[in-house]
Amino acid sequence: MIKHHYLPMTEESQAEMLATVGVNSMDELFKDIPASIRFQGELPVSSRLDEYSLTRHMSALAGRNAHFDSHVSFLGAGIYDHHVPSVINHILSRSEFYTAYTPYQPEISQGELQAIFEFQSYICELTGMAVANASMYDGATALAEAGSLAAAATKRKQIIVSQTVHPESRQVLHTYAHGLGLEIVEIEMQDGTTDLSALQQAVNENTAAVLIQSPNFLGSMEDIEEIGKLIHAYKGLMVVSSNPLSLGLLEAPGMLGADIVVGDAQPLGISGSFGGPTCGFFAVSEAHMRRMPGRIVGQTTDKNGKRGFVLTLQAREQHIRREKATSNICSNQALLALCASVYLSVMGRRGLVEAATLNLHKSCYAKERLSQIPGISIPFSAPTFNEFVIKLPQGAQFDTLQSNLLAAGFIGGYDLGRSYPELAGHMLIAVTERRSKEEIDRFAGVLEELL
Amino acid sequence: MSDNQQATHDKALIFELSRPGRTAYSLPELDVPAQPLKELIPSKMLRKEEAALPGVYEVDVIRHYTELSRRNFGVDNGFYPLGSCTMKYNPKVNEDVARYAGFAKIHPLQPEQSVQGALELLYTLQQDLAGLTGMDAVTLQPAAGAHGEWTGLMMIRAYHEARGEHRTKVIVPDSSHGTNPASASVAGLQTITIPSTEEGLVDLDALRGAVGNDTAALMLTNPNTLGLFEEQIVEIAEIVHDAGGLLYYDGANSNAIMGITRPGDMGFDVVHLNLHKTMSTPHGGGGPGAGPVGVKSLLFPYLPQPVVEKLEDGSYAFSKPKNTSIGRVKAYSGNFGILVRAYAYIRSFGPEGLRRVSECAVLNANYMRARLAPYFEMPYDRICKHEFVMSGSGLKPFGIRTLDVAKRLLDFGYHPPTVYFPLNVDECIMIEPTETESKETLDGFIDAMIQIVQEAKENPDLLLNAPYSTPVTRLDETGAARKPVLNCACS
Repeated sequence: MIKHHYLPMTEESQAEMLATVGVNSMDELFKDIPASIRFQGELPVSSRLDEYSLTRHMSALAGRNAHFDSHVSFLGAGIYDHHVPSVINHILSRSEFYTAYTPYQPEISQGELQAIFEFQSYICELTGMAVANASMYDGATALAEAGSLAAAATKRKQIIVSQTVHPESRQVLHTYAHGLGLEIVEIEMQDGTTDLSALQQAVNENTAAVLIQSPNFLGSMEDIEEIGKLIHAYKGLMVVSSNPLSLGLLEAPGMLGADIVVGDAQPLGISGSFGGPTCGFFAVSEAHMRRMPGRIVGQTTDKNGKRGFVLTLQAREQHIRREKATSNICSNQALLALCASVYLSVMGRRGLVEAATLNLHKSCYAKERLSQIPGISIPFSAPTFNEFVIKLPQGAQFDTLQSNLLAAGFIGGYDLGRSYPELAGHMLIAVTERRSKEEIDRFAGVLEELL
Repeated sequence: MSDNQQATHDKALIFELSRPGRTAYSLPELDVPAQPLKELIPSKMLRKEEAALPGVYEVDVIRHYTELSRRNFGVDNGFYPLGSCTMKYNPKVNEDVARYAGFAKIHPLQPEQSVQGALELLYTLQQDLAGLTGMDAVTLQPAAGAHGEWTGLMMIRAYHEARGEHRTKVIVPDSSHGTNPASASVAGLQTITIPSTEEGLVDLDALRGAVGNDTAALMLTNPNTLGLFEEQIVEIAEIVHDAGGLLYYDGANSNAIMGITRPGDMGFDVVHLNLHKTMSTPHGGGGPGAGPVGVKSLLFPYLPQPVVEKLEDGSYAFSKPKNTSIGRVKAYSGNFGILVRAYAYIRSFGPEGLRRVSECAVLNANYMRARLAPYFEMPYDRICKHEFVMSGSGLKPFGIRTLDVAKRLLDFGYHPPTVYFPLNVDECIMIEPTETESKETLDGFIDAMIQIVQEAKENPDLLLNAPYSTPVTRLDETGAARKPVLNCACS
């Protein structure tokens, strides 16, 4: 009999339990599986490793990846190398949080429920919206579901999205829209931001929503207020995807006319993890509360009048609405929502402003510094937060450049040609509070040498 | 706080702990020249009013969340027999390895040459999950089971469309998970629900009546949501395939069959696995999960892009986009941190060990079923797989409902089983003990259940007012929905 340290079954208890069930062997428990589909032979999966060998194997795999501690990173494009305060991992490592299920039994899940309630409160504060949910899979799926909500709320089929929105978010949006039978219209950019005159021409009475991102994928800030006016003139909705950290400094989209605000909470103390898990957030104005996808926690009282929290408005959800549901999101990213909440608790009002300001100043310094390299120019003039585009000299070989940067200890910026053929030879550079002046200067020096 | 406030508000919100002048952060210094803010950002784009976040000390943060954690019940706190959710032990070494900097601190858009270890892990996991499920290829992108369902259905839809067939109906049994019809709806498909037989299995006649040239797929979990294996699965597959439909396997119940049978061998064309169930990655209080989807080769062209490929020189790379693909379903490479844990789990068991996991899970469930049978109605009293359903309807004459039994269990230190699901069993109680619990733990739970039945008959008020031992007692859920208070409106 196989013994394993996660399996407490002993030979003695196995024999007793089989007898209680009234069968003679383990095999008898599976006699309802037809012989023709019983698996024979050894499962084709990787072999077993003892715990020590497993840690060695995993550490060897991890060792083959360049990471934020081994290299100085200037890569952003949606995932950023921010400082993660020490307390976060300690709180996230409390198994009462990470080994719990969805809080369906509120009396023994008050911790999780209150943490989510506080997360919702934080998101409302940052975005300037009335209501937020308990999280989405990531910023990309949050944006796609915002499009779906807008279509359902306006009973319209057309979604307009700016090409300055994260390319992978747009791809996810297209996939969702195909499922729902929605039409997607993409609006081109002009000088690194949404082309407002093209947008104006595209918006009409069939437009359910305009989806924008600000700061956008190219790091530039969009004129949210103007875009809101364009879509609201046709009674459609404005969906804004935000970088939550930037909202320490930038006006809340809710104050600029947004009907739905989404985004990815990765900048709020969530590690890069090769892009996941992160945490999508989703906030709406009061009018759309009952159409919001996903779980929501509400405050209430118990029989003794004590404050408590429960999952609420569940009539919207798939286990009740079933085929009438407009979203199927079930499990979300609760643990990462907790992560974002702890981050915001640590930062507080002043810390968030200070972190955002550091990002702004350091990236502006880097933009200035890199623009001084012969052959490098800054193609766009819109204001930026912590990310910006540089144009490399003619003929610069991106792959070679990246390899050489890696060899020099840097993770270089994002090759915009991968998503925008017209921007081949342009690099998207992210600078967070973790980048020192010395690192920025050294990066500039190496870049100059390599070009 | 006064005593009175203490009674009504005994756990403060983090916002209520805020005091001006307190901070819990420590940031790098500004070591570059600062330009005036208004020269960098137009004033109309700047925030007029700071977000009303709390001001607290680091100690406040730690104590606040530590106290919240004490008000939460996880697998490490005790037995969690939550049917259909597979709450097994979450191995600690998996947590350790997922936190290695080479996994936790990497960027999804780094040059592929700089993340070969991560890509190899993803590739091997794709292969292992394909081997485990009997499928030909796997995508690791979906972030949760329901996300995987929708991904699979989108592929099925694309498959039929490519063949020029107009198939829009998805058949599900009445016991199916609520996400099945919801996923169909979001994929632009309509659901047909068919009744189960008295034995709790798919009614073949009803199925024959439901299939037709509009059938896109049958969605089924096997073992089903009653914990029973669909013995006629080969015939079911034939009926659906003969009608031109495909078979979707909802992998929520895969913990019962690892190494014993495989969805691919049963005739399924698409399968999703809930790694947070079967592969023991932590549920995190409601996520993150991961819902990889495996497909037979006929669905290759429609897989979400990218998948990880092994190149001829032995290196690993993301595949180039295919225009037949359904597209991307999530940013980047899925919930990588969860995939690392799942891979570690598979490696810690290997082929033989995974089979043993399922055997132990099934024996534990059958043992509990056998021991509880004298005390509860057993609508399907036969060999089950990793979970079983029973009914609390026998306690109705005493004014007791299943919910009351669940609430009383809290006082015994157990997380209650899933209740009122599946919908086709009156006063349903669904128990899944999992393989990581010992006979002693199961016996303790069984004793508690027997005592509760006794209490229900002798002193029903004891149950009606339960729980007594939790930070709050039964909460006004109706009031919460009628007048929603969804944030603290702290500003």
